[in-house]
Amino acid sequence: MRSDRAPLGLKVAATCGLAFMHLPILLIFVYAFTTEDKSYQWPPPGVTLKWFAVTWGRTDVWEALGLSLQVASISTVIALVLGTLCAAAVSRTRFFGRETISLLVILPIALPGIITGISLRSAFNLADIPFSFWTIVLGHATFCVVVVYNNAVARFRRVSGNLIEASMDLGANSFQTFRYVILPNIATALLAGGMLAFALSFDEVIVTTFTAGQQQTLPIWMLEELVRPRERPVTNVVAMVVVLVTFLPILGAYYLTRGTETVAGQGK
Amino acid sequence: MPSAIRFSGVSRHYGNVKAVDGVDMDIAEGEFFAMLGPSGSGKTTSLRLIAGFEQPTAGDIHIFGHVAQGLPPYKRNVNTVFQDYALFPHLNVRDNVAYGLMVAGQAKAERYRSAERALDMVALGGYGDRKPSALSGGQRQRVALARALVNEPKALLLDEPLGALDLKLREQMQEELKSLQRSLGITFIFVTHDQGEALSMADRVAVFNEGRIVQTGTPEDIYYRPEVPFVADFVGSSNVLPPEIMRDIRGVDAYGALRPEAVRRCDAGHDAWVRNVSFLGASTRVSMQVHGVAMTMLLPRGAEIPAVGSTIQVCWQQDDLHVMSR
Amino acid sequence: MTEQSAIMDRQGGLMGRLSDALWRKPGLLIFLLILPPALWLGIIYLGSLFALLAQSFFSVDEFSGLIQYEFTLKTYRELLRPSNFDIIIRTVVMAAAVTLGAAIIGFPVAYYAARYARGKWRAIFYLGVMLPLWSSYLVKVYSWKLILAKEGILNWLFETLRLGWLLNAYLAIPVIGGNSLSVSTTGTFLVFLYVWLPFMILPIQASLERVPLSMLEASGDLGARPAQTFRHVLLPLALPGVIAGSIFTFSLTLGDYIVPQIIGSSRRFIGQAVYAYQGTAGNIPLAAAFAVVPILLMAVYLWIAKRQGAFDAL
Repeated sequence: MRSDRAPLGLKVAATCGLAFMHLPILLIFVYAFTTEDKSYQWPPPGVTLKWFAVTWGRTDVWEALGLSLQVASISTVIALVLGTLCAAAVSRTRFFGRETISLLVILPIALPGIITGISLRSAFNLADIPFSFWTIVLGHATFCVVVVYNNAVARFRRVSGNLIEASMDLGANSFQTFRYVILPNIATALLAGGMLAFALSFDEVIVTTFTAGQQQTLPIWMLEELVRPRERPVTNVVAMVVVLVTFLPILGAYYLTRGTETVAGQGK
Repeated sequence: MPSAIRFSGVSRHYGNVKAVDGVDMDIAEGEFFAMLGPSGSGKTTSLRLIAGFEQPTAGDIHIFGHVAQGLPPYKRNVNTVFQDYALFPHLNVRDNVAYGLMVAGQAKAERYRSAERALDMVALGGYGDRKPSALSGGQRQRVALARALVNEPKALLLDEPLGALDLKLREQMQEELKSLQRSLGITFIFVTHDQGEALSMADRVAVFNEGRIVQTGTPEDIYYRPEVPFVADFVGSSNVLPPEIMRDIRGVDAYGALRPEAVRRCDAGHDAWVRNVSFLGASTRVSMQVHGVAMTMLLPRGAEIPAVGSTIQVCWQQDDLHVMSR
Repeated sequence: MTEQSAIMDRQGGLMGRLSDALWRKPGLLIFLLILPPALWLGIIYLGSLFALLAQSFFSVDEFSGLIQYEFTLKTYRELLRPSNFDIIIRTVVMAAAVTLGAAIIGFPVAYYAARYARGKWRAIFYLGVMLPLWSSYLVKVYSWKLILAKEGILNWLFETLRLGWLLNAYLAIPVIGGNSLSVSTTGTFLVFLYVWLPFMILPIQASLERVPLSMLEASGDLGARPAQTFRHVLLPLALPGVIAGSIFTFSLTLGDYIVPQIIGSSRRFIGQAVYAYQGTAGNIPLAAAFAVVPILLMAVYLWIAKRQGAFDAL
């Protein structure tokens, strides 16, 4: 019998790997409290809460946050509708071209973001569409569909078939079957997919730089600060808040889909 | 008796695959009817054609005199007990049972009363608040039964309903299903690959093979008077004697069927070369070579066991050798 | 028992009739379901991709700087000029290095999570990969700006351990070194590795989880030492997962322009070239032609991966 204890070397390597993934993010939390405001000095010379108050008073941060929330909400709703429809169709039957549809859904995320971005930009240019709030949403919804789709399609497969037949056998028509059997069974998967889509849209920067005009989403604001730093401590605080805010939907999605299937996160 | 389900030349082809191929069948009202056959023989597809999950590619299906083609499952007053029960995981037992009444628009109090009655009937009174996942296989089976019966269907379709249960529970459920059917008086149509199940429960049995019905009859007909070698072999593991040998020993040009328990040892009969001997508990099975064909014999407890490799003499009553019609 | 008809016709009304129609024509239902997403993705996304492709066959007039909407291969000739070609090679080498690095670091994590982590630890490992995967990309990049800065934690660590000379010696190496880590190619590599690592771990873990324990026991039973089992059973079975993960790390590195812009030397990558040509230079045709390069590279890569059976692990 093989022992079920991991070799020490593997344990160390795995732990180091996990640490490598988490320590940099934790560092952000430390920097949010530093008193140093000109450089990235380590260790921090002192600890202060001052920058939270400063950030709170910055209107540009609030405006960027507001825009990001609006874009993420609307993109998530569109992605939920399109992703669910697509998952329903693909899981229901083996129709001609279902592989093509799957590929089409995954493509916006499988290809580098810059391709999606510049494609949309050149299309807007050719079609003479001015950049606006809606061009950002258009881009975001396009690559958020896959997240909802991935979550929904796995669940649809489990619900399809027998349960649907049982419902119809017991006298429920197509709409009743959807309302009473399909929807309750896919609801958590949709919620999880929606949360992940929200997190994805809230965080997106590459496509957004190509589809936004003068509008600044929070990631665009951060990118500006990274390229041309103005007030570093404010950036530190915003970065920490962004980490905390994005953790919530991810944890939520995890608990909603736990024990049923993996959160389809591979297609980010 | 009036006809409950009638198949006239019904086929269900998927491209080149003939799942059901020209089946004629007439199931009477109030009958306990079994469809028996190996997997892929078309018995389950036939059941799904009755339920409305599949549409025939040819032929006519009548359900209590109505043409059934083009009628969705939710408009047929027949209900199915699924092989894996297909209980709704998000609903508790009571809501599962009341589902059919709910979508029919019955008021909550009324449908819950009916659900409780149905649960009492399958000896699951008081289980209404549980989730299906908290039940054992046998209990799920009963919930599936109650969920179908609460709608007072004209016919109940059962797709291998006992397949997932262990032996003891299976035997108990066989008896319960049989007495349930007797007391309700509705038509039960039962799909199984287990010949023992079909013979012990059904009033009539249709044996399926390769999309067709090869024989329909009472359990006694099927067991003692198989019409084709397939039935003899599948239903009773009978010894099948080919026409060449039947010509020699019986003078007829047809297949013969001989039950293993009808074969016995004697002093002067047919030469039998013993190939293998297996102890089965209540009896002992002897595999032999007789006139060049493989044959088995069941010896009762206490009989003398022949040695492997020896040649013995075996006989049977002339009446026990059944001559098949096809 | 009340007498019920064998046929129930209680579901009248519009919804009932619509339900019947959809039931009779399952193809119609599928069509109605697929229409909105297919239109959205087909028109907006594929349409844009074609617009991009079309742009790459236009050119910019050298004197006026205006785009000439005529078919020409001029832009592609420009793409293969040595300075531009260098950008492509540099990006591909970086993508390959990041992929290799991610596979080496990611494999033990995935292997431990799939094979040994149980119960609580399984959840911790799962979230431990999911959280970095989904947390903000920019914040992740930013955290490395903090780490790699001259006055940052890494330099401080080297100084504290009296190893500053080692770091300086490393930074003196041409190509991979630089003034400080935050403006070196090594810095770019580290950040790429960091942001794309979770994308490598998840597919490997998925493929390893599909290897039944009994198969490893069978190998041991047949006399293989653990190292042999790993080499001859586990590794071949995990390979599709590694390839699936490499699709992500490779593709994401190919198209990124933010990481090298914030952390790295002045030597450009494809993403930066695309961004620069479409923005300040206004040379959208050349930007489009540059963008076609990752698409072609990924097409080849996917074709090879498909032949290796990597898609089952996605």
